[in-house]
Amino acid sequence: MSGTITKVSGPLVVATGLADANVSDVVRVGSQRLIGEILQMKGDSASIQVYEETSGLGPGAQVETTGTPLSVELGPGLLTNIYDGIQRPLTEIRDATGDTIARGVEVASLNRKKQWEFKAAAKAGDIVKGGDVLGTVQETTAILHKIMVPPGVAGVIQSISGGKYTVDEPVAVVKDDKGGEHKVTMMQKWPVRVARPYKHKYMPSRPMNSGQRVIDTLFPIAKGGTAAVPGPFGSGKTVVQHQLAKWSDVDIVVYIGCGERGNEMTDVLMEFPELKDPRSGESLMQRTVLIANTSDMPVAAREASIYTGITIAEYFRDMGYDVAVLADSTSRWAEALREMSGRLEEMPGEEGYPAYLASRLAQYYERAGVVECLGSDSRQGSITAIGAVSPPGGDTSEPVSQSTMRIVKVFWGLDSSLAYARHFPAINWLTSYSLYVDTLKDWYDEQFPGFMALRDKAMAILQEEESLNEIVKLVGRDSLSDADQMTLETAKMLREDFLQQNAFVDEDAYSSYDKQFRLLGLIIRYDELCRQAMAKGADLNGLFAIPSRERVGRAKMVAPDKYAAEYADIEKAMKDDIQKLTAGGEDQ
Amino acid sequence: MIREYQTISEIASPLMMVRGVEGVTYDELAEIELPHGEKRRCKVLEVDGDVAVVQLFESAQGINLAGSKVRFLGHPLRLGVSEDMLGRVFNGMGEPIDGGPAILPEKYEDINGLPMNPSARAYPAEFIQTGVSTIDGLNTLVRGQKLPIFSCSGLPHAALAAQIARQARVLGTDESFAVVFAAIGITFEESEYFINDFRRTGAIDRTVVFSNLANDPAVERISTPRMALTAAEYLAFEKDMHVLVILTDITNYAEALREVSAAKKEVPGRRGYPGYMYTDLATLYERAGRRIGKKGSITMIPILTMPEDDKTHPIPDLTGYITEGQIILSRELHRKGIVPPVDVLPSLSRLKDKGVGEGRTREDHAGTMNQLFSAYAAGKEAKELMTILGEAALSETDKKFAKFADEFEQRYVNQGNQTNRSIIETLDLGWELLSLLPRSELKRLKVEQIEKYMPKKAEE
Repeated sequence: MSGTITKVSGPLVVATGLADANVSDVVRVGSQRLIGEILQMKGDSASIQVYEETSGLGPGAQVETTGTPLSVELGPGLLTNIYDGIQRPLTEIRDATGDTIARGVEVASLNRKKQWEFKAAAKAGDIVKGGDVLGTVQETTAILHKIMVPPGVAGVIQSISGGKYTVDEPVAVVKDDKGGEHKVTMMQKWPVRVARPYKHKYMPSRPMNSGQRVIDTLFPIAKGGTAAVPGPFGSGKTVVQHQLAKWSDVDIVVYIGCGERGNEMTDVLMEFPELKDPRSGESLMQRTVLIANTSDMPVAAREASIYTGITIAEYFRDMGYDVAVLADSTSRWAEALREMSGRLEEMPGEEGYPAYLASRLAQYYERAGVVECLGSDSRQGSITAIGAVSPPGGDTSEPVSQSTMRIVKVFWGLDSSLAYARHFPAINWLTSYSLYVDTLKDWYDEQFPGFMALRDKAMAILQEEESLNEIVKLVGRDSLSDADQMTLETAKMLREDFLQQNAFVDEDAYSSYDKQFRLLGLIIRYDELCRQAMAKGADLNGLFAIPSRERVGRAKMVAPDKYAAEYADIEKAMKDDIQKLTAGGEDQ
Repeated sequence: MIREYQTISEIASPLMMVRGVEGVTYDELAEIELPHGEKRRCKVLEVDGDVAVVQLFESAQGINLAGSKVRFLGHPLRLGVSEDMLGRVFNGMGEPIDGGPAILPEKYEDINGLPMNPSARAYPAEFIQTGVSTIDGLNTLVRGQKLPIFSCSGLPHAALAAQIARQARVLGTDESFAVVFAAIGITFEESEYFINDFRRTGAIDRTVVFSNLANDPAVERISTPRMALTAAEYLAFEKDMHVLVILTDITNYAEALREVSAAKKEVPGRRGYPGYMYTDLATLYERAGRRIGKKGSITMIPILTMPEDDKTHPIPDLTGYITEGQIILSRELHRKGIVPPVDVLPSLSRLKDKGVGEGRTREDHAGTMNQLFSAYAAGKEAKELMTILGEAALSETDKKFAKFADEFEQRYVNQGNQTNRSIIETLDLGWELLSLLPRSELKRLKVEQIEKYMPKKAEE
């Protein structure tokens, strides 16, 4: 079925003669066969969003519809790969066309030539339905890829056998109750704008360990939760996203570079293979899928990129894995939406964004969650969705930030003044929040009794610091009571010695729960000891100047195998130092 | 196939409608010929059936609907590139304006370029010594980075950019370099300042200038930086040169973009700038970089003046979201007579972490960088408190920080436009300043490094 172009305006093309095409069908445009998607139909004319540069396209050129919606290929070979916004493999494009991305390149998303060792887990005669595991492929050293019956297929396995297969060769044949035979390959296709089905959704109840102290301790996120990271430029959004991609205790990470810098993706590509997962010891790249639609790549594919990413995430979730999807940045996605909406001459909503911005964002984040997957073994999987937001001028009163904040449960607000003082991660503890603190309390109480109490105490001290600072600005620090000065000192320690975390120093980049717990305990202990000593008449400045203080300042840099002993030792030294002060005070 | 039409139905500068066209394609280059033979260039913005919307690159003055002809050339706007471009001056459309002969192009390149494949990029990590402490020490520039200068009207950004162009070198190498300078809507005097500086240092023979001055057509400003980057890509990735691209002033570029967008009656975004300005700017800035297996590189220093000194204005804001950091100039420091007036705290180089340290600069670089930043921030805070409450209200430590902030501005930042400091000098100066502070406050420095590098008098 083919039509003829009548109008070209940037990425928007209008073609007639497409009466039989469906909305959302993928089309091939012009002699270069550029990839596009039908957005609207009027009579037999279709408005098409083209995913590639349309320079050189004019009226009269042919448009061919493929009859299928924009889909991704799901199967072995996804991991460690880097794709553009419509799942074209960038490394293979580079082999085909060189350093720049030429137009109309046709490369299969999953390598058709590579053979994978398929181990059958089911046998002929088994009754299966959508989601049941037929067998497995060791895709990377870290991840066992489960080959599942595609959703919607059910019946009796006619034949199945292990061995080496490419992704498009059938590994099993399933006969349904109407007698139809389905050849099941290791590869499934799924339309990106449709969420993959599951059995049940559950409330999130386990935390996602990010290794970042400000996140895990103050504003934790649950596995299956949603979070937003808004911040002006230079506040470290991307570093936070990279840290989460590196250290989160999930099985799979899908990282979507949506309209951001090319060098950031290069950074991930170079760095991840070298880094080791602190839990499995495997290279981090082994669990990562990258989607890169950088800012200079066509804007329409940027709109598709977050759907491509989350669909891949859902596929791994369906295997029973915990997946984290990191989208950097959803603002660029919204801008792509705005640009296409403008070209379609739709009535604009706030700030030129289309009226459906909020509902599209909500639909995206709603694809996160903890679910019981399809299949009869009632396995559970989760998707944690974390999106960076880049508000113009850092002002979160704009539509994308506001629509996002209405949906997400965790808000890590980045602050430029913290970034200027090189307080990283620059997550502001006064504006950020996590609605999972209560749901996760049980888990923390069970695993680390007392952790939550310390957290609440630290939060209270930081809150109090803010109001005390107002007073200090008016009347100076000396006019504060000793107790209040102590609060300021402890707050300073919390900020500098606990919340600040250097992503570029190996010992500090990742903190286990236990290390966070003990380090926070150390600081709060110092506060308690000082207050006790003050009651006995110890001099405040003397307490602030005890030698072991400097050791607390360096405590976060202690290596994972040594910190427990070191912290115990510091605490002992601290006690001794303070003891001396109170004893000395009594002698004189 | 050349197609010529005399069917211009409407002109609203810089846009034109041509009816009855056939075979015209999007983004195609066209020429308009006036009755007396003068030719001007334009490009296709939209084709709807047999109507083409065409954007003029020059003024519409004198165009006559009945007597003018439009000729569609069948290809997008291109630049003929050759190594002979070095040492020459071109206008914003890529035509020589220095009185010299035309360039014999080795080939023609589409000025829009193609997006660079992220998997073909090489991560920039080679330290460039600019001789400016605030950049080398704190906001390190690396080869292949795009690091803009955010300035305000009346501040000496040109002097800083010229200083960088003059002093920048990669330690221990002697590779061929080139400068591509794009003057976008700036005044003759500002452009001449750069060119004279290149002339004085002899760099002019290695420089390609694309010049669109304030009195040249505004629409041409949209193609000027693209011409410059096309030349830069050719020199870097085909002729193995290390190219430094200076684009000044991006604010003029963005205004030209707004002008065209308004003429097209597009829905405006913030402050009337088009909603696609982020993407548009990105297609310029992202052309900087390095490629795997290629010797050359493009390092970019765009300069922009922030309207009303406002960093949240769309032009600096969107730029900051795309570029790999920014150097911000401060009016306050300028008033204090500090040269160059680099406002250190909001300035940033995102690529510094891979460009500094052992084997690149010195092992203590990252630590001192962080420590100087946080100490200066603390010092400025203390000084603020001091202005409200008087010096007596400060603690001893705060007083030391306040003193540090002053010394830091006077000695570290204020180095003048002619001083070329080596990275070792910059780092040692940093240690000297840090020795003003109590050691217990220096938490970001490693103990071994304090022992090794801290000037001895601090130990007493």
